[in-house]
Amino acid sequence: MWQAPVRWEGGDMITTEHLTKRYGTFTAVDDISFTVEPGQVVGFLGPNGAGKSTAMRMMTGLTVPTSGRALIGGQPYSRLVNPARQVGTMLDASAQHPGRTGLETLTLAALQLGVPRSRVGEMLDLVGLSESEAKRRVRNYSLGMRQRLGLAAAFMGDPEVLILDEPVNGLDPQGIHWMRGLLRDFARRGGTVLLSSHLLHEVEAIADELVVISQGRIIAQGALDELLATSTTIVRSLDDHSLATALRADGHHVDATAGGLHSDADAEVIGRIALANGIVLLELRRDERGGLEDLFLSLTADTDRAAA
Amino acid sequence: MSTVPTAPPSPTLKSSTNTERAVMTTQPTTTDIRPRVGQALPARQPVSFLRTVHVELRKMVDTLAGRWLIIVTLLIAALIMGAFLWFESGPTHNTLDLFSIVVLPFGILLPVIGVMAATAEWSQRAGLVTFTLEPRRWRVIAARVLAGSLLGLVVVAMSFVLAYVIGGAANLLGGSVSYGVDGWLLFGLLVMLLLTVVQGIAFGFLFLNTPAAIVAILALPMIWQIGGQLSRRVMDLVPWLDLNVATQLLESIPEATGRQWAQLGTAVAVGILLPLAIGSWRVIRGEVK
Repeated sequence: MWQAPVRWEGGDMITTEHLTKRYGTFTAVDDISFTVEPGQVVGFLGPNGAGKSTAMRMMTGLTVPTSGRALIGGQPYSRLVNPARQVGTMLDASAQHPGRTGLETLTLAALQLGVPRSRVGEMLDLVGLSESEAKRRVRNYSLGMRQRLGLAAAFMGDPEVLILDEPVNGLDPQGIHWMRGLLRDFARRGGTVLLSSHLLHEVEAIADELVVISQGRIIAQGALDELLATSTTIVRSLDDHSLATALRADGHHVDATAGGLHSDADAEVIGRIALANGIVLLELRRDERGGLEDLFLSLTADTDRAAA
Repeated sequence: MSTVPTAPPSPTLKSSTNTERAVMTTQPTTTDIRPRVGQALPARQPVSFLRTVHVELRKMVDTLAGRWLIIVTLLIAALIMGAFLWFESGPTHNTLDLFSIVVLPFGILLPVIGVMAATAEWSQRAGLVTFTLEPRRWRVIAARVLAGSLLGLVVVAMSFVLAYVIGGAANLLGGSVSYGVDGWLLFGLLVMLLLTVVQGIAFGFLFLNTPAAIVAILALPMIWQIGGQLSRRVMDLVPWLDLNVATQLLESIPEATGRQWAQLGTAVAVGILLPLAIGSWRVIRGEVK
């Protein structure tokens, strides 16, 4: 059932201000500024090597920014008191010692945070790792199980903020659906989530806001719906050729594909032009997925080619 | 993202105590509204140093590699002591003689325990987790030095107990091992072995690479010796720099001279404290990836 997201008080939980990281002449993260508020699940989208992980390491105090800063609840991460009780972090699901069992990995986290040991079992339940799975060594875990283990560790300290790097990587569609539920519920209860991905369909399924970066720079940001609004319209008719000509004559962009025409004109405009030209329409709809896909590809393609 | 509303205008949440559930003021909602995040556990306490020491100590023995390193170390100690009693049928020995013959192999094995304590996480990327749980990295470093020293102490104490067990067993088989303890010698050997553990940790932090750190520790005394052969000046410096030479006084503390203590001091400063300082700087300033 759809539930209106609640606006939570408390201001911005994650803030980056002109965050920049250079390695010699290479700029990994270039002047990134954005905020994430309680109740939001924000997807940090970009191709591999775009600077997502570097930015997230700067947010969690592992990497010192060249300039700018990252704040959690108004403070740098390294100044937080018992930070993992406030910020749940998973920066690399594979960064667990392969020789430890999942149970031991979580027990270490519980000890370090000073939370009751009973929390370990609760977290295993939360992420759906069975008792026998928890007793296996992490070496023998699939990527999906490591993701669950990493999430369990992130939730261990009962945080208000989650910073997750590629959490959906390695999950099957059911796993993605499960994670969506988990993170949405967390956000509904006032939690703040930032998660990265290099795959559009992953964040699309989970996030309600996007920050798209490429080559270290933010190239788009906003609500998913808003980014969708730039999508194209698909139209099929009994005379696609004439319709395409008519649309172009009216100043619209048209691509002819096997599945019909793709145009940047909206449905009403196309309908009126078809009517005026007496063309029978067979299909007329907004192409949401394709539109977002196109957006992502076009936003990243140029820079990727330049990098290749 | 603050410019883009996430939702159609919805009532603002009023949560005065944060402990009560969210209440929407204008429209009643039938869906479950669970407690706000961050309320499931008691108020947060700062991460205490003792807790960090506890966790670091546990990390040294909760993997197969860590556990076997200690088991193998103790097995080697037992073997050497047994072989010594078997082949050396000279005058009577006491348990401390027995213990002191494992000092040499321990001088190689204990630094490895130290190195592994310092570097294990770098090869496994687990440092990502360690330093997000405790961003005050100097505390992690101090905890690891302390935990490594404790572990070394336990291993040494266990091998001392082993000396009694093996000596007793030999006596049952007709040997003549006395149980005398020279307090100063025992103390000196303990300090000597402890220093090798801390040296291992220091070199571990310095190289952040297990094989490189181990090779450096083993090669260092050789470098001093070869340097001494080649140059008279280096030869004069060796007692002041080579830990193997400088720590010999610990086997005869009552007779030690002030000069020897000074040599031990400089050797510890150059061979342990300096690499520890540079290594700590590397870890604290470095980027954790």
